[in-house]
Amino acid sequence: MGDTFMGYRRKDGSVGIRNLIAIIPSVFCSSKVVERIACQVPGTVYFRHPVGCSQVGEDLEITAKTLIQIGRHPNFAGVVVVGLGCERFSPYELVEGISSTGKMLQTVVIQEAGDSLKAIEEGVRYAREMQQIASRQQREEVDVSELTIALNCGGADATSGMVANPALGIASDKLVAQGGSSILSELTELLGTEHILARRAVNDQVAREIKEAIYRMEERLKNQTANSSNPNRKHLISKGNYDGGLSSVVEKSLGSMKKGGNAPVSGVIRYGEPLKGKGLFLLDSPGHDGEVATGQVAAGAQMILFPTGRGTPTGFPGVPVVKITGNPKTYNKMNENIDINAGTVITGEKTLEEVGEEIYQEILDVASGKMVKSEILGHDELFCITRVP
Amino acid sequence: MSQVHLIMNQKEKLILVIDPKDNVGVALTDIREGDTCIIRRGDIVEQMTALDNIPFGHKIALTNVEKDEPVYKYGEEIGKMKEGIKRGGWIHSHNMYCERGMG
Repeated sequence: MGDTFMGYRRKDGSVGIRNLIAIIPSVFCSSKVVERIACQVPGTVYFRHPVGCSQVGEDLEITAKTLIQIGRHPNFAGVVVVGLGCERFSPYELVEGISSTGKMLQTVVIQEAGDSLKAIEEGVRYAREMQQIASRQQREEVDVSELTIALNCGGADATSGMVANPALGIASDKLVAQGGSSILSELTELLGTEHILARRAVNDQVAREIKEAIYRMEERLKNQTANSSNPNRKHLISKGNYDGGLSSVVEKSLGSMKKGGNAPVSGVIRYGEPLKGKGLFLLDSPGHDGEVATGQVAAGAQMILFPTGRGTPTGFPGVPVVKITGNPKTYNKMNENIDINAGTVITGEKTLEEVGEEIYQEILDVASGKMVKSEILGHDELFCITRVP
Repeated sequence: MSQVHLIMNQKEKLILVIDPKDNVGVALTDIREGDTCIIRRGDIVEQMTALDNIPFGHKIALTNVEKDEPVYKYGEEIGKMKEGIKRGGWIHSHNMYCERGMG
């Protein structure tokens, strides 16, 4: 056994690092009922989303797959699905998608329950029953290979690519080397690195998929900038990037890519789909923080590692988001939002390797139950399912 | 980047080298021409004189780099030199080019 952490073993063999009850709406119309249920039962989290109605084709498929994957997530011991009753992606399909995990599962449909109040009452009863059972489960020692972390950068500044991302890459490499998994994404921030990632691919097929995914994203960006009425929004690298010392889009992307360290790339996953195997994976997603984090959690990440130079407070329902800053000034200013000060490299107190080790130890601590600052403050705004344009 | 500029008024002019293969380092504080810089590669520390003013977050050449030779940061090529540069000089868009993503 390598390094270990204390997690919650689930019936399907997966391991959670939190033991919560998730209240999930199949459609946006049931979001308020979901919120009211969660507010009345400690140990629950809820997911508000603006989609699930009048969507078709791939757009609806991504919503459906993502909601199912959120329900299957190992951080949740039980799930209460709340539907309205007339939506195209039915709450019963959502329940069906979650059921093979063997976790506690109940359905509330507002139009069948009678009205909002009756639906809330029914949902609260289910949630409290689940919570009483879940509260008796104990953590057990599991190998670190059961852990999947997600890498997502937001509110970047010059220090992100210099220290926070490379230090996180060292921690990610250490996890992957011990059989764990790590998810890199934000394809909009990886343009120009596809040949490097492809070189690290475990086989030719994966190398091809990496290049195709990044070229597809570049095409999508080019189509959007070609039609932009504002000439200042046509560039893939901003004036602030140049001022901060970045001389090319490749240099910018490398700074972003460094979150994924130097490990081999095991595969490319599509949005709303789970990881296939262990190792470092690339998730096909644009760069919006919420869309990225949601796709990563849907893929099975139990925790998100989030470098931020300028500082952001955001979190995800039921999934710890560990904030790391490379900017010592941001750390001091936003102390209640930032977990790790990688700015100690800038001030000369520590090396990148030392901060990488510090991040790795934090990953183990958080996996074993240590609450992060975004959880304590109740931040949950990162849940946001991507749309197909 | 004004926020970042204010981070450090430290006397030590630190240069960070991200990957052993790199021929550039990153300035961890504003550097003036003639300053003696301290280069950190992990635990190894050496000294170098800056030939230009180099702002926080910008690149300084660790070796002489000839025209059209690659610039390496993160152990990877980020572009090539438009003109030769001496060890200690400032590398940025005025003397480096990259064919990708420049419109």
